[in-house]
Order: sequence, then structure tokens, then C-alpha cells
Amino acid sequence: MQTATTPSGQALAAAAPMSPASKLLWAAIAIIGACCLGVIALRRDEPVNAIWLVAAAVSVFVISYRFYSKFIAYKVLQMDPSRATPAVLRNDGLDYVPTDRWVVFGHHFAAIAGAGPLVGPVLAAQMGYLPGTLWILFGVVFAGAVQDFMVLGLSLRRDGRSLGNMLRDELGPLAGIVAMFGVLVLMMIVLAVLALVVVKTLAHSPWGTFTVACTIPIALLMGIYLRWLRPGRILEVSIIGLVLLLTSIWSGAYVAASPDWAVLFDYDAKSMAWLLIGYGFLASVLPVWLLLAPRDYLSTFLKIGTVLVLALAIFIVAPNLQMPAATRFIDGTGPVFQGHLFPFLFITIACGAVSGWHSIIASGTTPKLLSNEGEARMVGYGGMLMEAFVAIMALIAAASLHPGVYFAMNSPGALIGTTVQDAATTISQWGFVVTPTELLDTARNIGETSILSRTGGAPTLAVGMAQLLHSILPGQGVMAFWYHYAILFEALFILTTVDAGTRVGRFMIQEIAGLIHAPLKHTESWTSNLLATAICVGLWGYFLYQGAVDPLGGINTLWPLFGIANQMLAAIALMLASVVMVKLKRERYLWVPGIPAMWLVACTLTAGWQKLSGPISFTAAAQKYAQALQDGKLLAPAKSITEMKQIVTNNTVDMLLTGLFMLLVLSMAGFALRAGIRAWRTHHPTAHEEAYVALSSVTS
Amino acid sequence: MKQALLAIWKRAVQTARLCCGVPDYDVYVRHLRQHHPERSVPSYAEFFRERQTARYKGTGGRCC
Repeated sequence: MQTATTPSGQALAAAAPMSPASKLLWAAIAIIGACCLGVIALRRDEPVNAIWLVAAAVSVFVISYRFYSKFIAYKVLQMDPSRATPAVLRNDGLDYVPTDRWVVFGHHFAAIAGAGPLVGPVLAAQMGYLPGTLWILFGVVFAGAVQDFMVLGLSLRRDGRSLGNMLRDELGPLAGIVAMFGVLVLMMIVLAVLALVVVKTLAHSPWGTFTVACTIPIALLMGIYLRWLRPGRILEVSIIGLVLLLTSIWSGAYVAASPDWAVLFDYDAKSMAWLLIGYGFLASVLPVWLLLAPRDYLSTFLKIGTVLVLALAIFIVAPNLQMPAATRFIDGTGPVFQGHLFPFLFITIACGAVSGWHSIIASGTTPKLLSNEGEARMVGYGGMLMEAFVAIMALIAAASLHPGVYFAMNSPGALIGTTVQDAATTISQWGFVVTPTELLDTARNIGETSILSRTGGAPTLAVGMAQLLHSILPGQGVMAFWYHYAILFEALFILTTVDAGTRVGRFMIQEIAGLIHAPLKHTESWTSNLLATAICVGLWGYFLYQGAVDPLGGINTLWPLFGIANQMLAAIALMLASVVMVKLKRERYLWVPGIPAMWLVACTLTAGWQKLSGPISFTAAAQKYAQALQDGKLLAPAKSITEMKQIVTNNTVDMLLTGLFMLLVLSMAGFALRAGIRAWRTHHPTAHEEAYVALSSVTS
Repeated sequence: MKQALLAIWKRAVQTARLCCGVPDYDVYVRHLRQHHPERSVPSYAEFFRERQTARYKGTGGRCC
């Protein structure tokens, strides 16, 4: 590796000045965008149509892409189309392959699109649609897309190295180790919280549970087909899989209607958590071709397909937003998640605006595929804009629901009670007038017995989507079908994330265990395989079970931990980018990654602190239950002294974890500052970039 | 017209396969023939199996 001495120069070739026609066009787009934003922000007396929101988002995104991402590409990262990329230099036909930019874009988007951007904005809708919309729009433009693009750009100049390796090279070896450890802890929380979304969705839903259970035999069948019958025919087998899935959704209605069958698929949250833990273990020790890979294919295609269907439905139906622009819950007293707008709105939306995980993808497969540095802007910045658009659609789906229904679905039973009468009374008192009949009707329309406290965002999005699709294709039972389709799609790809994540976690644990006892490192050994998998499943399983027995329903308690963890990783990635800017002696552009990095550090530390001390903290919850224990009282939902003690322990663990996350951010900020100051004082560039090789000298 | 549609279809298949961690087989074969003529060319089935195993080797993980 060689230290870059001077930037190659070619990148600075200034963009051609804008023609008058083009100036006029962009001015028009800016005016349209401003008008749309004005409408969604200022109109109060009548409902706002979702199309205003879509139009505002599209204008903000195209303007930011045209101007800000170009500025980053030319000035900040100085992407150089004449410079050979890792894919060209190390072309091996497998991992490093120069690939068409649209293909890379599709691959990158499929890799970054996950459950987070669908769930976070739905939860954030408790504050109204406006705060969430504004953060998704401006968060992605100035933080999220900047992070993805910059990490991709840095990795492109470093042989496609991973985030961990780049941190080690630029911030020092200790920083690399601390970050890797952080990523492992973070992953466990991510897996637990996502699995909890599935638990909350499927608890006491025989129809949903049946269809998700059906994916196991379907995947096995697909696995065998792909392995033995028609090797590698992914498209064929995915179509077969899809047809079987749709059949299982259709037959689920009959399962739910038959008392004999329904009881076989009716589980409470606790049993569901245990089932998922057992399943996660099995799925990650079985050969990948049998279960994990075929489900992965199904979920990838289903995800892209569903996002397209959602977009189409929003365009055709153009629903009115029934949720107010801002609700009274911006004061921090909301039932869905606790805490004030700052920092908890930002922590809750997480992936839709900024996602730390993308820095792992942007320094993973994507930089090994780009055939030209000039294409990094479209893939890195553009890909994240697409993801934010998905987040906007999720927000629209949630905000177009009746607010009473929204709050009935997303508030914990401890706050709204467990009967429709109690729920309707409480929610109406909050100012969102709803009748018990409306709640019952919604449940009946989607083929469920109850919609109360179906927290976690996924069921809400599914109802929103079902209502949109129902107004396009009206008919008896259509809404129930679409609801369960949406549930299945979300559960399927969350479970794929959980299985794949468990395997990754297992390898990481084996790596760490190998430091203590070398034979544990062997990934082929069944003993160490089972042991490491059990540890990994145990880690996320603990938090999952904790969520299932949590007094506030789990999501309310654990989603903030997920958000803090995710935003913390994003802060780390942006700090890396900031240090590299100084090391390249481009200090004048330090603000581009530096301001969002500082913002994210401030958000995660403030949120962390409020979860450590104060009224909404884990500490306060632990103390409340400990005090009740002393007084010999039982607090709901605990039914015994043991359960009370369990809740105290769980909150203490969450408290320690929050502390650990804060320590992690602070130490990474320390490493970044140290490296940054050292580089600032040096008068020549010190970044670890690979030497310049001209593209023209390599391509044959 | 037919040519163009065929090209679009090939790109779509390539993207879909890449999303599942399977890079383009033809590109790989061309690469082997050009740069490593001494190596034997795997069948698509062999190539697919190797890539499938490689995808879940423990790097990356999935996005949340």
C-alpha cells in the first residue's frame, strides 16, 4: 500500500457550465418542490393528499442528486473516471467483476433495502407525518446518502476494503478492534428487535403464523429443486415458490376459520419467541442450500416486487393523509415510543434517513463491482435516495390510516387496555376519535380477531397497504388477502436477515473464540459450529424473549436500542470519512461528513443518556419494579415475583448495554479526533489510498 | 427491437442473479478462457454451488 501524495488532478476537471435551458428547468423543479413542501407543512384545515408528499420528495431528491452529490463527487471525494477501480485491477470473474452500472445499482439497492425503513417511519408517525417527512428528506440528503456514497468512494480507493479494515488503517489498530466488537453487539440487537417485530406480528394470528410456517417446507422444496433437479435455475424456482406462497396465503383463511386447525397455529408472544429462537438455530446450522438460500431468493424478489406494488398503489390511489401534520405527542408523551422529538424521532426513523449498516454494504460487495469511479455517485448516493423514498412510502401508508386505528395498533396494552371499548375510549380521549365498531371492523376486514397492540410497525404497514390495494381491487376478502401477503413478505425477509445474521454472528464468535482456544476457530468442526451458533442465538434470543415479556410490549422499549445502535454505526462511518478528508488535506470539505457525524454523535449520546437517567430510562423502569418488589406488590404484566425480578434484570441489562454503546461512540470519537488532529498538523496527505493506475492502461 | 428486448432481459437476469449473490456465468467463463486457459471451465451447476456456499461464508450480513 502506498500513501497518496497528491490527488490525481483529473477529477478536478470542472463540470461544464449550465445552459440557460437547464437553469430554467432546475429553477422550475426547485419551485415545484418548495410549493409541495409548503403545502404539506402549512395546510392545516383540510386533509393533505399523499401526492404532495411524493412530489416534494421527488423534487428534493432530484435537486440534491443533481447538485449536492455532484459537489461531493467532484470536490469532496474527487472521483476520477480515468482511474482504474478494484473491479478492473483485480478482475477475477467472481468477486471483483467490472459490471454494468444499472446492474450494480440494482444489486446495491437490493442489498441495502431491509425492514428498517419500512418500520421506523411507521413508528415515527405517532408525532404526525410532518416531522418524519422532514427528517427523512433532509436526513438522507445531508447524512444518509452522504455516508453511503463517501464510504463507497473510500473503499473504491482502497481495493474494496471493508469498513473495519479502513478504520484500522486510518484510525489505528485499536479503533478497528473496538469497532468490530461494536458491530457484533449491534448485530445481536438488530436481530433481536427485527425478530421481535415478527413475534408481535404473528402472536395470536393463526393465519399469519400458518403462512409463515409454510415458507419452511416451500423453501426446502426449492432447495432440493435447485440442488438436484434444475441446478441454479433461480428464476424458475422463485416462480414456483411464489405460486406456492400465494396458495398458502389463500389457504390460510381456511386454517384460521377452522377451530381445529387454528389452534395449532395460535401462539402467544412468549411461545412465538421460543419458536423463532429454535428455528433460527436450525436454519443457521443446516446446509445453506437447503433452507437459507432459497428463502433468501424468495425474500429478495418479494421485497423488490412489493416495494414496486406499494409505489404503484400510492400513485393510483393518491390517498389523503388522515394523520395530522403534527400530533400532541411531539411533547414526548406518545404511546408508540417514549421521548421527545429530539433525539427520539431521529433514533426511531433510523434506516430510512441514515443507516449505519449501509456502510458495511458500501464497503462490501459493491465497490468490487463498479467498473468506473464516476458511477459511484449514482450507486452510492442514488441508491440511498431510493431507500429514503421507500421510507416515505411507508410513512404515507401509516399516515393514510385512520389515526384511531393507527394508535390502537401501535400502543401497548398497558396503556390502552385489552378490549376494544377501553382502547376506543382511551384513544378518543387522546383526541383521535374512534369507535369500538371501527376497531372491530378493521380487524374483521383483515381476517384477524383483534388489531389491538399489534406493535412493531409491520402490521400497521400491512393494513395501510391492504387498504390501498383494496381500493384498487375491491372485493370480498381481498383486504384480508393483501394484509396477510404484506405480513408474509415482511416476516419472510426479516427471518432471512435473522438466519443470515446468525450465521455471520456465528463466524464472528468463532473468530473471537479462536483467540482464546484455537480449535474453536475451525468452521468445519460441528462442535465449535454448534457451540458458536448456540451462543449467537442465545445472545439475540435473550433480548427477543425480554421483548416478548416486556411490560410495554417490547417494541416501545427495544426499538430505541436498535436505533441508537444503528445510528452509532453511521456516526462511526461518517467519522472515518471526516478523518480521511483531513488526511487528504481537503479540510475545507470537512463539514460534508463532519456535520452529520457530529449530529449523529449528539443524537446517540443524548438518547443514550435519556435511557440511562430520567423518567423514560431503563434505570427508572428497573427502580419502579424493584420498589414494587420491596413493597411486596405485583405490577402488570408480571404475574409472579420471578417475573418481577426478570423485568428488573432485563432493564438493568438494557441499561448496561446503553452505557456500552455510549462508551463505544465516545471512544471512536476519541480515536477519530486523535487521528484527525495528527493529520491536521501534518503538511502532506497521509491517507492510505492505493496508488493511481490509469483505467486506459488496464482495460484490454 | 427484438435485439434490444433480449439485451434488456439479459441485464435483468444478470441483476436478479447478482442480488442472490450469483455473478454472471458467461463473464466468468470468458475471464477464465482469456486469463487462465489452463484451468478447466466449471459447468453452470458447479459454478452456482460454489457461489451459493461463498455467499453465506460469514461476511457482510444483511441489512436491517
